[in-house]
Amino acid sequence: MNLFFHIGRYFMLLFRVFSKPQKLSVYIRQIIFEINNIGISSLPIIAIISVFMGGIITIQAAFGFNSPWVPLYAVGFTTRESIMLEFSPTIVCLILAGKVGSNIASEIGAMRITEQIDALEIMGINSAGYLIFPKIAAAVIIFPFLIALSMFLGIWGGYFMGVASGACTEYEYIFGIQAFFEPWKLYYSFTKVVVFAFIITSVSAYFGYNTSGGALEVGKSSTNAVVYSSILILLFGLILTNLFFNR
Amino acid sequence: MIEIKNINKTFGDRQVVKDVSFTFYKGKTNLIIGESGCGKTTILKLMVGLHQVDSGEILYDGQNFPKLSVIEQQNVRKKIGMLFQGGALFDSQTLEENVQFPLDMFTDLTKEEKLERVNFCLEKVQLVGKNKLYPAELSGGMKKRAALARAIANNPSYLFCDEPNSGLDPKTSIVIDNLIRNITQEFNITTIIVTHDMNSVIEIGDNIMFVHKGENWWTGNKSQILKTDNQELFDFVFASEFMKQVLGSQKK
Repeated sequence: MNLFFHIGRYFMLLFRVFSKPQKLSVYIRQIIFEINNIGISSLPIIAIISVFMGGIITIQAAFGFNSPWVPLYAVGFTTRESIMLEFSPTIVCLILAGKVGSNIASEIGAMRITEQIDALEIMGINSAGYLIFPKIAAAVIIFPFLIALSMFLGIWGGYFMGVASGACTEYEYIFGIQAFFEPWKLYYSFTKVVVFAFIITSVSAYFGYNTSGGALEVGKSSTNAVVYSSILILLFGLILTNLFFNR
Repeated sequence: MIEIKNINKTFGDRQVVKDVSFTFYKGKTNLIIGESGCGKTTILKLMVGLHQVDSGEILYDGQNFPKLSVIEQQNVRKKIGMLFQGGALFDSQTLEENVQFPLDMFTDLTKEEKLERVNFCLEKVQLVGKNKLYPAELSGGMKKRAALARAIANNPSYLFCDEPNSGLDPKTSIVIDNLIRNITQEFNITTIIVTHDMNSVIEIGDNIMFVHKGENWWTGNKSQILKTDNQELFDFVFASEFMKQVLGSQKK
């Protein structure tokens, strides 16, 4: 019953979020602001994690494939597949759910408890549209670029660590990351990213928008935003994987 | 002018507002007073549509607000300015951006015209030169004045103030009261103030509704309130010894 209440309220909120913008120029300005706030500010964490994870995947793959029956280019191939299919789209989005999701929920939650959202409503502004739509739009626009960068840095990190540690040669790694490449897998990855961007921003905004009480409740909303966004990311990851791979 | 007619509101099994009727006049400072928890802020929130009435009418110059469509309600709200208890300024925006916000949303003024209007509003509330400060950098009184500047930025027809003096020292309270009264008279606005501050009542109470246990218990003005025979109102007004001594002599 409680679940259906939240689902219903979530879709009612989305209906308000996607109603006609009251002033397009203000919304566009907000989207640009949010692209910087949500996207550009996440670059350092994504870059660091991607480079290190690429290196770790490469070294682990090289260790696991230490057999004369497995060609050494499999290290590069495995690194590319792991990063492109799962690490960058899913794991990085889970990290972004923590960083961006909690930020959105606490920002909107604090606005709710300090009556800033009431102030917007009384001015005659669709507060849900004004506050949430730019965040969703910004995430859907910028997340694919962040994930593309994550893929590049992850594969580059694998190359650097693999060659530097002697786990594989430069030629084998480069050959491996180009071997058996299927472009539809990129469509799959970026479809996941767009869906996850929508989930992270809309679910976090939902919890923030419906905060009531004080600072304690803002904290709870922030926690709920991360927990439910993460669960939904995994659930929709499974659904999309089934749709793309079970053809 | 705003009229409320027989409005009721229940939260759970507790009736907070009971059959309240009152008329708020244009160009006057209309006060809703009463002790904490009596339902005065709820009445204010019902009037601006933050809560929905269970029954009754809220007429903005004849338009029954609760019966209007969402778009029509938004159009009425564009004529409303509200000063919240905590200011409710947008933390991420400077003072100038806060005041300019309603202009950005609802007008097609040029950048220069908006800035001119912002400076005019800031001048009205005596905050000239503070344009680039953020809300976190303002004192309590300055926040209230900044919120008042934002509330009047778009030339509202109705101004709502929720406890404008709470948390302020007596001197700053008087400044805020005078600002509200001057703005009300200068721009001929229907102003509604929720307060339990007796200084405000005596200073600017043109038209007063005393709310007790969710009901309209007494109506009158600042001179009538000092001569009241209503026991509950008397207890509220003369709650402190100081008030009894200072104002009690006027009653006689």
